[in-house]
This record gives sequence, structure tokens and C-alpha cells, in this order.
Amino acid sequence: MGVPRDATEAQIKQAYRKLARKFHPDVSKEKDAEARFKDLGEAYEVLKTPEKRAAYDQLGQNYRAGENFRPPPDWDAGFEFSGPGGGAGTGAGGSSGFGGAGGAGSDYSDFFASLFGAAGARSKRSRGAAASDRGEDHHAKVLLDLEATLMGGARTLTLRVPGIDSTGHLMSKERTLSVQIPKGILAGQHIRLAKQGEAAAGSGEPGDLFIEVEFQPHALYRVDSRDLYLTLPVAPWEAALGATVKTPTPLGPVDLRIPPGSHAGTKLRLKTRGIPANPPGDLYVVLDIALPPANDEKSKAAYQAMASALAFNPRTGLGV
Amino acid sequence: MPTTKSQPLAGHIVEEYGYVSIEDLSRLCAVDSRHIVELVEEGILEARDKAQAAMAWNFSWEHVRRAKLALRLERDLEINLAGVALALQLLEELERMRGEIHGRLSR
Repeated sequence: MGVPRDATEAQIKQAYRKLARKFHPDVSKEKDAEARFKDLGEAYEVLKTPEKRAAYDQLGQNYRAGENFRPPPDWDAGFEFSGPGGGAGTGAGGSSGFGGAGGAGSDYSDFFASLFGAAGARSKRSRGAAASDRGEDHHAKVLLDLEATLMGGARTLTLRVPGIDSTGHLMSKERTLSVQIPKGILAGQHIRLAKQGEAAAGSGEPGDLFIEVEFQPHALYRVDSRDLYLTLPVAPWEAALGATVKTPTPLGPVDLRIPPGSHAGTKLRLKTRGIPANPPGDLYVVLDIALPPANDEKSKAAYQAMASALAFNPRTGLGV
Repeated sequence: MPTTKSQPLAGHIVEEYGYVSIEDLSRLCAVDSRHIVELVEEGILEARDKAQAAMAWNFSWEHVRRAKLALRLERDLEINLAGVALALQLLEELERMRGEIHGRLSR
């Protein structure tokens, strides 16, 4: 964080806030904002609380000095964690003690996960009395292929869960689940897996596992909520004269009629061919004019014929 | 914690009817529902049925993302809800203007 070793709490807070505003992934356009913000959050999490700062002063230096550092057996004795669920730098989903999943990991790095990562999980949310005997909910975010929502189907998800090992130390373990992805789920929506969260301390039911879904970029389609966008290359004469061309859709190729006089950027809507949500989304086909290369005598002659036949100046709008 | 079964786990989409209850929203955000009420009072979220008692409120599903974003800003940037509301408004304005510039450049 660039603060001196003897920085006061006020200095640390000031430095954190300035950098947080700069690198917060929801605000920042910096390329590595997410990683920078995570590091910053970890540093601040440690420095802002005297107990953790003391722990870091004892442990952190050793950690940095050698690769083989292991926390001493009683490292967490005497350190008490409190406060709202997770400070800066916890999972992007505001998760209470559940790491990222399926490659979308965004929780504490391993060192801090082992030290402090489960602080969020320890602080219980206070809900209404009716729900208080239920185990904690778990939260995870996964990155799915678009086909998962287009077709539905089972996917294997690997989630990182903070847990406690046999010696009572916090550790991160992997949990692999096979989950049926509901067809038509949209980015930002959640799958609820009932009773797959934390077991209840008493006789209550386990909490639920909420999985937030995002999609990996797709080779053909761009996703906008329930709609899909496909850029379809067409030849200049197909756009100018109109044509019927094959176009891919999630449900298989269809014959698409290109109206005469189309141009680059012309948008054609295929109703209900988007994500099969309720209501289903549409597929927008955006035309892109692809020019045939002029790399042999025949094609050059064709371009020359066009040039002499058409008095065409594409720059008239520019006043030249 | 239950162990992995060979049969895939089947869940359902929390937002499948296009909206979420205040209880689901607070569970998705891992906050007390009273905090969701505060977001509504600050104008950050809008309940679909404001005339009802708070515990009967429903929210359009797009509000889940907005609520999570608001709570991240509140927590990570240590700003109060009035500040969060302003930040969201400015972020939306920025997004809209970026879209406009992009639209102009691609025309």
C-alpha cells in the first residue's frame, strides 16, 4: 500500500481509500484492477485491525522471507475476528466464506485464506429469528460455457471452500459438484441448491448453496441479457442485391434472407432464437461486409470494372 | 456438508419468474433484509410493490446485480449509502456516455 511501517491508522485508511477508488473493479478501467484491488484489500484487511497487524508483523515477515513458511501451530491463538462478513477483498459476490469456482477464483490468496479467509464465514449474519437455526448459506460464482444455458445439461463445478482441518486450522479445500444447469439461465442469475450450504449448528436445516452464473465469451455469439448477437459476414453483392444465406443459430443453421440494399451494421432479428429463457431472447444478426481479396488478375479486373461502372464516392459525407 | 453424489444436483433459478422476494435478495447478498430496506429508502433499489409492507416486497431480478454492486461499493470503498447512490448514478451516466461514443464511432 506504500505506507511506512509506522503509519498511523488514519494514514493507512487514507491510502487505502485512495487506492480503492482507483482500482475497484466496479469502477476502474485499469487493466489489472481486479488483481490490484485484491492485493490492496488483503493488505488493508491486515493493517486496519491491530490484532491482525500484530499477527502479520510476527508471521508475515517470515512468510515473505522463505518459501517454506508454515504458520506455527498456535498462530491464531489470541486473535479474535469480528465485524461484518468479510472486509475488502472477499469474493466478488459478497460471499460469506466461499471462494471462487471454476476458474473464477476471486477470494483471498492462499496465505491470507489460511490466516483470515474464513473471517467472513465466522461472522454470522443476523437474520430473523425464524431462520436463525438454519446453517449458513454458501455462495459461489461460476463461469459456464454458453451451451450450458442454450441446451441445459450437467456440468462439473469445482468450488473452493474454507474449512477447518483436524488440528483446528483454517484451510481451503476443494469441493467438486455435478450440477444440472437449468436451461435458459441468464448471466447474473443464481441457481439455488437447497441444503448444500453449511450444516446447521443445532437441529436446523443446512443452508443453501447459491451459484451465480456468468458466461465465458463464445466463439460466435455475444450475450446481452437474454439476447444473442452474431456478426455475419456477407459479400458486397449479397448485401447490395439481397440474398438468402446460411447462418448459424444456437438451434442449428437456418436460411436467412438478406434484404437488398443492406449495409455493414444492418441488424436482422430472429425472434426467440436467443437464450431459451422465459420469455426467450432473440438472436440479432449484424451484417459485416467482407471484401473479396484482389489478389489475381481476374479479381482485379472485376474491381476495375466496378470502379468504372459506378460513380461511387464513399466520402461524400465528409465534404471531400 | 453433504458429499458429492453421482447424480447431478438439480437446483432451480432463483430469479426464474423475473423477480426475487426481499428474503431471497437479502440471502443472495448475504445481508440482513433491513439493509435491503435501507437501499430502497436511499433510492438505490426500487421494490415492485412499494405499497406493501417491506417483508412482502419483490424486486425485478436485475436488481440483484445492482444490490450486490451497491453493497460492494459500500463495503470496499467505505462510503455511506448516499455516496453509493451517487456513485451508481455516475457509473450509469458514464456507461451511457461510453455507449453513445461507441455508437458514434462505429457508425
